Amino acid sequence: MISRRDFLQATVAASAIWGADGVGRWSRLAAQQRLTQDQLLDFKSTGNVTLIHITDCHGQLVPDWFREPEVNLGVGAQKGLPPHVTGADFLKLYNIKPGTPEAYALTYLDFEAMAKTYGKMGGFDRLATVVKSIRAERPEALLLDGGDTWHGSYTVLKTKGQDMVNAMGALKPDAMTTHWEFTLGIDRVKEIVGTLPFAFLGANIFDATWDEPAFDPYKIFDRNGVKIAVIGQAFPYLPVANPKWMFPDLSFGIREDRMAAMVAEVKGKGADLVVLLSHNGFDVDRKMAAQVPGIDVILTGHTHDALPEPVLVGKTMLIASGSNGKFITRLDLDVQGKEIKGFRHKLIPIFSDVIAPDAEMAKLVADQRAPYEKEMAEVIGHTGSTLYRRGNFNGTWDDLICSALIEDRQADIALSPGFRWGPTVVADQPITREDLYNATAMTYPNAYRSEMTGAQLKAILEDVADNLFNPDPYYQQGGDMVRVGGMGYAIDVTKAQGQRLSNLTLLNTGEAVDPAKTYVIAGWGSINKDTQGPPIWDLVEGWVKRKGTVSVEPNHSVAVTTG
Amino acid sequence: MRLSRREVLAVGVGGVALTLIAPGAHASELDDVVAKFTGGAAVGSGGVTVTAPEIAENGNTVPVTVEAPGAVAILLLAPSNPTPAVCTFTFGPAAGSQKAATRIRLAKTQDVTAIAKMADGKFVKAVATVKVTVGGCGG
Repeated sequence: MISRRDFLQATVAASAIWGADGVGRWSRLAAQQRLTQDQLLDFKSTGNVTLIHITDCHGQLVPDWFREPEVNLGVGAQKGLPPHVTGADFLKLYNIKPGTPEAYALTYLDFEAMAKTYGKMGGFDRLATVVKSIRAERPEALLLDGGDTWHGSYTVLKTKGQDMVNAMGALKPDAMTTHWEFTLGIDRVKEIVGTLPFAFLGANIFDATWDEPAFDPYKIFDRNGVKIAVIGQAFPYLPVANPKWMFPDLSFGIREDRMAAMVAEVKGKGADLVVLLSHNGFDVDRKMAAQVPGIDVILTGHTHDALPEPVLVGKTMLIASGSNGKFITRLDLDVQGKEIKGFRHKLIPIFSDVIAPDAEMAKLVADQRAPYEKEMAEVIGHTGSTLYRRGNFNGTWDDLICSALIEDRQADIALSPGFRWGPTVVADQPITREDLYNATAMTYPNAYRSEMTGAQLKAILEDVADNLFNPDPYYQQGGDMVRVGGMGYAIDVTKAQGQRLSNLTLLNTGEAVDPAKTYVIAGWGSINKDTQGPPIWDLVEGWVKRKGTVSVEPNHSVAVTTG
Repeated sequence: MRLSRREVLAVGVGGVALTLIAPGAHASELDDVVAKFTGGAAVGSGGVTVTAPEIAENGNTVPVTVEAPGAVAILLLAPSNPTPAVCTFTFGPAAGSQKAATRIRLAKTQDVTAIAKMADGKFVKAVATVKVTVGGCGG
């Protein structure tokens, strides 16, 4: 167990710049033991700027369950720092009592019981209530979307993202940045961007042939007499982590020099406040904040972290607003003489049973879903155990997918990508087709079957592990370790690439994986063009229907050493 | 723009000359290439930068920029390539800046290296680690 004192360096409570006044409302709420909408929205306005941040909603229009990770390791200088703190340590760090609504929203602890008590979270109709309430009080608030919006559900897949364009559009954001949007294909992205009444920003998106900027890098807003520059940063590793043939002429990358140049440029244009709307991932943003001076606030995204207080790097405030529509961050700033003189921050948990749905948005969402309701609602089976995705090495959703892959594709070993999106199905519930698509819906779903030697398989796992556990955040791609079915292994996350994995073992025989022997591998989500195989959702649906009721046993096949 | 290792293109200002190094050299010749360029002189650091993506989007064409204000020549190396020497940029007195950009092929993850010969005859070096990865996705 880590003590709160150990963490104080990493939290704003220790900051001499603003004092502890700006945070800490969560514990008070917890003490009251009950929730009302007024309490959730209660906020003592301050200063002259209000930012509203939502990110990584992954197409979740309606309330859902989302179990936060049990394992979320940081390596190198990031070890033990937020957001690499989970469960009881997280509660201690932020002074949250176990069993409270906040503990439920922010950790995996006692998830099943708490899910029944406190219910689903998120939903665009509830988000609309919160956004409208903030705007009623602060009409000049900026609403900024960190991306991964047009992705991740049955209706997104069927409408090519139009459902989310319509729903997010109705929230009237001022700017967005991006990642999964590009997996709709470059033509569709350009078509949508052409219709957006707000800014689509990515300072690090370049034309690959000519190395010229491909989208607007920033937009400057004049609000309450404060010039607010919002710089966008798309996910840097789109062409590496996602199929680049879907957007062949674009190049991304971290491009730290470009970011420094953009900060200088907006300051040259008189910006009073520099906000980075980022899809870098938290550790990348933490490094960028240290490397590129002059950014006042980074609205982080990609790694799906929800933190109830800002993290400070020098004078830069890092905000983490969670995923799946579960939270909205409100950040009030007092900007005077181009400096933040005071702030108040709240990560607002969207408890769907507490926050009233906005009627207008509820209708809009219902309209998007209406053509597909019947097929989405079909029950394909039941689950006796909670199906969740998050965790560095495995999650029960992927364990289920791997089991289906091994059986249906007659494979020795199955691989499921280390995605962080996909909500949770609580134990003893029906599994609907919508639930399955929430965990699998994307545009390159084919379940392949191929052969690999043990040596090739290990090389791939080492490569993925380095993309997750490289101690230099600029070499991290976010996401989690590829999930493996049919094989166990040991991993020491502190080692160098090529040396992290050991003891690769076939689970059904207990035999060691032979580097020279060829194995049949099944998987999905390959970034290679023309991958052959059925869409993963068809394969898994067939498997679940045959089983009727599924139950995923705890997975102990990965032995982790954290140094 | 498609470029092979043999067809590197230098994008620079007037006064920049480019020497292509003949393919066929071996990795074991890395030291020889460096020694030939430096004449065996000590190589320091500072005053030269090499800019490249942290992770290559396409290992067959990785954009690399080298810059060393006041340099007369910059040797660009991909130490883990079958042919580690990529090219040497030579800057004449009319060069507006001592900066050049090209695209190179990288066989695997390695420290792309630039060694600059400065006007005073001293040598300085910088490296940028470029990962060549199979990819996959999280987020």
